[in-house]
Amino acid sequence: MPDLLEVVLKLVLVAAAFAVLPLLVGQAEHKVMAHMQGRLGPMYAGAFHGWAQLVADGVKFAQKESVVPRAADRTVFKLAPAVAIIPYLLVLLVIPVGPDGQVALDLGLGVFFALAVMGVGVIGAIMAGWASANKYSLLGGMRVAAQLMSYELPLVFAASSVAMAAGTLSLSGIVEEWRWWWLPWQAVGAVVFFVAGLAELRRPPFDMPVADSEIIFGPYTEYGGLRFALFILAEYAGIVVLCALTTVLFLGGWKGPFLDAELGWLWTLLKAAVLAFVVIWLRVSYPRLREDQLQKLAWAYLVPLSLGQLALTGVVKVALA
Amino acid sequence: MGAVGRLPGGGLAKGLAVTLRTMTRRSITRQYPQVQPELPPRSRGVIALFEENCTVCMLCARECPDWCIYIDSHKETLPAEGGGRPRTRNVLDRFAIDFALCMYCGICIEVCPFDALFWSPEFEYAEYDIGELTHEKERLREWMWTVPPPPAHDPGAEPPKEIAAAERAAARPARGAARGPAGGAVRGPRVGRDGRPPGRGEPGGGGA
Repeated sequence: MPDLLEVVLKLVLVAAAFAVLPLLVGQAEHKVMAHMQGRLGPMYAGAFHGWAQLVADGVKFAQKESVVPRAADRTVFKLAPAVAIIPYLLVLLVIPVGPDGQVALDLGLGVFFALAVMGVGVIGAIMAGWASANKYSLLGGMRVAAQLMSYELPLVFAASSVAMAAGTLSLSGIVEEWRWWWLPWQAVGAVVFFVAGLAELRRPPFDMPVADSEIIFGPYTEYGGLRFALFILAEYAGIVVLCALTTVLFLGGWKGPFLDAELGWLWTLLKAAVLAFVVIWLRVSYPRLREDQLQKLAWAYLVPLSLGQLALTGVVKVALA
Repeated sequence: MGAVGRLPGGGLAKGLAVTLRTMTRRSITRQYPQVQPELPPRSRGVIALFEENCTVCMLCARECPDWCIYIDSHKETLPAEGGGRPRTRNVLDRFAIDFALCMYCGICIEVCPFDALFWSPEFEYAEYDIGELTHEKERLREWMWTVPPPPAHDPGAEPPKEIAAAERAAARPARGAARGPAGGAVRGPRVGRDGRPPGRGEPGGGGA
């Protein structure tokens, strides 16, 4: 019975995190981006510095009519938002926030599972682009597919470098093995993983597939109301998942300067929050990459760099053994 | 900063630095409905009418480039005082400015010889219908209360013509007293008003 209670509690916590953290990131993006541009951002909703802006947005989205274009592939069109968002919820299940089983599901194949399921999230955008019966959406969908092809590779290489260093595929196991000197050792891998993850989430500056000023939000052109809101939510859930994964794989997860056992979850959240800030910061600072620049970055820089990281990890591992 | 820009990836670092620096500074957003804007002196918000000074000379209406000033008046005959002939004077019936047409050039204010028109910084008089933007003399008179005192001259600027003239006039009777009281006594009161308009109802303005 206590086991069942624990499982239910963990699932409720994961669901709560999935509901709240993306909204927090979204609100932070509103405010941080505004101040980085010398503006104030939302100030009215909720009376205090616009804290309820995203709640208001949600209410607005819920009120809108749900339109499916006549020529659209109805089933795929309606299924796409779910395919886009559910994988991130599943990844959240296997991310450890603290030591001693503070994780909903401690998978031995954690890294493998997380990367595989995150890849499925991208399929949602491709489905949306294909099913919309709109040439801009199709173009966007194709770009999403091309981006997935090129950035999945460095992402997996970088993650496998850490798995190699730790000698385990379990996310909790990786954090257990982690030492501070892994920071310089895996630095290149960390940057490659983070950048490739950003590209897979189609976050600016890698938002060529959804470039709103060119192909009108790409795969999401025909979506409105709640379905559109789900895609946007998936993007922010993706940021949460990416930041949490980077924290766990490269920044030592719950390991902080003190009180690892008691405050472990706080260290994880703190590191993820700093990474989320960096995600927003990058969005504000850099212009969108062109499609060919985007491909060149992946194949000419990130793939060789991640291969180099793999080699370095192997050499150090053998030298230590 | 220049050295950073030349390193590989230095441009990227510069971009990040700019946005981070901007974030630490106060934002420049004006929260207008909550916080009133600080308007510069001599703001051209709306044209106020000091009705008591108006003599219906029609100069403003004639000079207006887009003909947005409407004036109606009638003549009144004042009974003769002390055996003189009866005087006539103009009574203002309607004075309206169509702010849908007005281009805020301020020529009417410049041209008014009796200081009956003034700039007021008041600007919140938007309406839902274009016809409601024609404001009658009652509303224009109300805006008179929002006219600020004229801003002080810059330190070191030339003294205003009126003050210079007043000082000259004040110095004159001393010299003129030797020659005779005639010249100074006539000119004195008119200029000594410090450039203010002749008082209300004073017929000396020349409107009649």
